[in-house]
Amino acid sequence: MDMARNEVRKLRFDEFSAAKHLEHASQQARARNYQDFLIVDVDSHHYENESYKEVFQYIESPVMRRAALESGKRPGRSSMLNSQVGYQDLGGRITRHELRSFYKPTGDKHRDIEMTLEWMDAMGVDYACLFPTPMLFLGLHPQVEVEVAMCTAYNRWLCERILAQEPRLISMLYLPFNDPEAAYRTVKQFGDKKGVTGFMVTSPRYKPVHDNAYVKTYALLEEMGKPLCFHAAYNWNDQALSVTNRFISVHALGFMWFNMVHMTNWVVNGLPERFPKLKVMWIESGLTWAYSLMQRLDHSYMMRTSDCPQLKRKPSEYMREMFYSTQPMEVPDDPSILAATFKMINAETQLVWSSDYPHWDFDLPSVIYDLPFLSERAKRNILGGNAARLFGLDSKVVKKIP
Amino acid sequence: MAELFVAKASDIPDGDRRIVTAGKEEIGVFHKDGAYYAYSNYCLHAGGPACEGLLINRVVDLIGEDRTYAGQTFGDELHFVCPWHGYEYDIKTGECAGDRKLKLAKYAVVRRGDDIYVVV
Repeated sequence: MDMARNEVRKLRFDEFSAAKHLEHASQQARARNYQDFLIVDVDSHHYENESYKEVFQYIESPVMRRAALESGKRPGRSSMLNSQVGYQDLGGRITRHELRSFYKPTGDKHRDIEMTLEWMDAMGVDYACLFPTPMLFLGLHPQVEVEVAMCTAYNRWLCERILAQEPRLISMLYLPFNDPEAAYRTVKQFGDKKGVTGFMVTSPRYKPVHDNAYVKTYALLEEMGKPLCFHAAYNWNDQALSVTNRFISVHALGFMWFNMVHMTNWVVNGLPERFPKLKVMWIESGLTWAYSLMQRLDHSYMMRTSDCPQLKRKPSEYMREMFYSTQPMEVPDDPSILAATFKMINAETQLVWSSDYPHWDFDLPSVIYDLPFLSERAKRNILGGNAARLFGLDSKVVKKIP
Repeated sequence: MAELFVAKASDIPDGDRRIVTAGKEEIGVFHKDGAYYAYSNYCLHAGGPACEGLLINRVVDLIGEDRTYAGQTFGDELHFVCPWHGYEYDIKTGECAGDRKLKLAKYAVVRRGDDIYVVV
């Protein structure tokens, strides 16, 4: 229980610590006794661009390595890597994005490890699955060889410098999906590395997931028991999305759009029938898209079974066996609407909590814990139990809530 | 009701603020344009530190008499912004800009001589 205290403090805008920034999250964690059970965050981020000097050293091609290091010397100018327009910090209203530059590491761990553990403890998180940030757009790079080189360098750096050093950090590694052979090699090369709990496809890209070129990669993942996830993002240059004029619009639509396309292809082309043991997860699209798409595909399927002859059941039945991350979880005023969504996706076993921290629209564990229609068991499954089973994690609580 | 000392008025220049912790309550006390305002520091969205973020004026779309869009500017209404997710609150009322039905708990501020107090 928090002790009563009286104090008056000034605000500082020249320092930053996640523990202070998230002090109210820690109050929630203590009040809800998160110390008593496991919490796994299946989607959190670091800013790998802050470590590009290290990452670029892992690029195998000496030519590309030099190009990357040279372009990194002149930030703000055209770089070897692509990016996206997007004022995610709301014009500076989300202050942690700027203030993090004031963070002063205190220990001998890598800065990313130290910063991540600090916010994990503040929120009450035991394990966090770490994903990159700018590289979420790498699937849109016009040079496929750059995606492959950068992905391989990042994965090597992440495995050696972060995952091998800190058991509470895990990741589903970036797959260079625009080069199917390289994607296969990536699973082969990194599948058994410490902390690698699966593989991730960044969703904004223009390759059909049902292409035969990916079949051997799916088979390998299925054989290894490693989940495959699709991490949503947007592409403001997409022909349809390019007519939106505000970030709220491209974000609301874009983060659903690419996962809706990939999911539709995945189901219609019978991949769940061909790879029945492959675990598939859909990340950062919220939940309403799945609720909607299940109904939409089922409705059409009954009339157009000839379009998807591999299916033996309705599309929603396959979708209900996949995994969904929670964030950014839509919270309608009427909780019965959310309850129906949870029922639709079999939330008690298929839903896995995610924070997306430190991004602008992060969620806390309380977004699940405070739901009135969930049992304590369902809450604990969604907050950690489901992910622990999926990733093979120890269920012992290892966090230290301040 | 108790009066908690916040600061000497001379120690809170216009535009500055203090965060007062009183037991389990946290209160943001603002001094802006000669007035004092005090609100709960717990955002109505996710419990973030609502009073600890940016002070910024409301964004306004410029719509002409012919109803065409002519750009954006900042209006007169001043907001304070929860730094966690960007929920904006009217500094004069504590109303949430996105849904005026939502209001942060408001506290009275009294000045006695050069001393500023918040009433809890």
